[in-house]
Amino acid sequence: MEGDVVQMGAYIGAGLACTGMGGAAVGVGHVVGNFLSGALRNPSAAGGQTATMFIGIAFSEALGIFSFLVALLLMFAV
Amino acid sequence: MATETHEGAEKGMELVFHPMDQFIVKPLFGEGAVGVFTVTNVTLWMALALLATIGLLVLGTSKRSTIPTRIQSVAELCYGFVRKMVEDVAGKDALPYFPYIMTLFIFIVFSNFLGLLPGAFTTTSHIAVTAVLAMLVFLTVTLMGFFKHGLGFLGVFWISSAPLPLRPILALIEVISYFVRPVSHSIRLAGNMMAGHAVIKVFAAFAPMILIGWIGVLVTPLSIIAITAIYALEVLVAFIQAYVFTILTCVYLKDALHPHH
Repeated sequence: MEGDVVQMGAYIGAGLACTGMGGAAVGVGHVVGNFLSGALRNPSAAGGQTATMFIGIAFSEALGIFSFLVALLLMFAV
Repeated sequence: MATETHEGAEKGMELVFHPMDQFIVKPLFGEGAVGVFTVTNVTLWMALALLATIGLLVLGTSKRSTIPTRIQSVAELCYGFVRKMVEDVAGKDALPYFPYIMTLFIFIVFSNFLGLLPGAFTTTSHIAVTAVLAMLVFLTVTLMGFFKHGLGFLGVFWISSAPLPLRPILALIEVISYFVRPVSHSIRLAGNMMAGHAVIKVFAAFAPMILIGWIGVLVTPLSIIAITAIYALEVLVAFIQAYVFTILTCVYLKDALHPHH
């Protein structure tokens, strides 16, 4: 019985950890949206900044990946 | 009702599979445990990525004709793309490290694309594989920073443009974020590849529902369209994740070459 409760808690926690991915989605959308609004105002400068945009995406995506990692740890390591 | 669904499950049994089945590491020949030297499906698909690399970059450019053939122009495009990325992001003095970054990019891009073949095994979907790549980048960059700058490399943690009372706090945050780098670097690639392929397999499990009952008339076409759409997205993701992995390597390299903010 005790093990079942722990298991249940781990599964619920894994599900809750997935809400962090929503935060990453908001962050990535924010980065790309702002890049696009800047790029449409000054299209000639946009080409050189694409790499910067991808770096920004990667950093904000990293935190969503940590929530995925927490979910994985709860599912398979706890 | 319960018996009906049970029968349906029985009928479709040979089509039912687990979405994570595709990531199981199996021995290529025979059964049994996987040891250190066992030839597994990971070995096979890594070897195929290596063969594809040789085919593109060695055989494709062996003639070196002035008017490039199709394969040669693709190889030249790859070379130019990565070289420009290293130059733009990490600076001209990072060019001695260009071969390493090119190797990383080509290996990841080929592993990702080969993994998209139906029935293929995606080597980069395993954290073990990407962790090795990311740890090598981390160790290379750290050691190179210490060799180049000695203890001055620790200046990467000391942000001299910030107000003085803030600097110790920022230094702590910088140290944490520095050591989290290999984790996020490796799990980003593995997580993206694994998640995308698992989603495709989830929809693939819905596709044969037309064999079970009338509800399949609705579900089957929808899931086939969804597979097609997600597959197109995965082709994009396969390239973008290789690009992101490489560009982050360049960023870390730049930090090690110029540690003073």
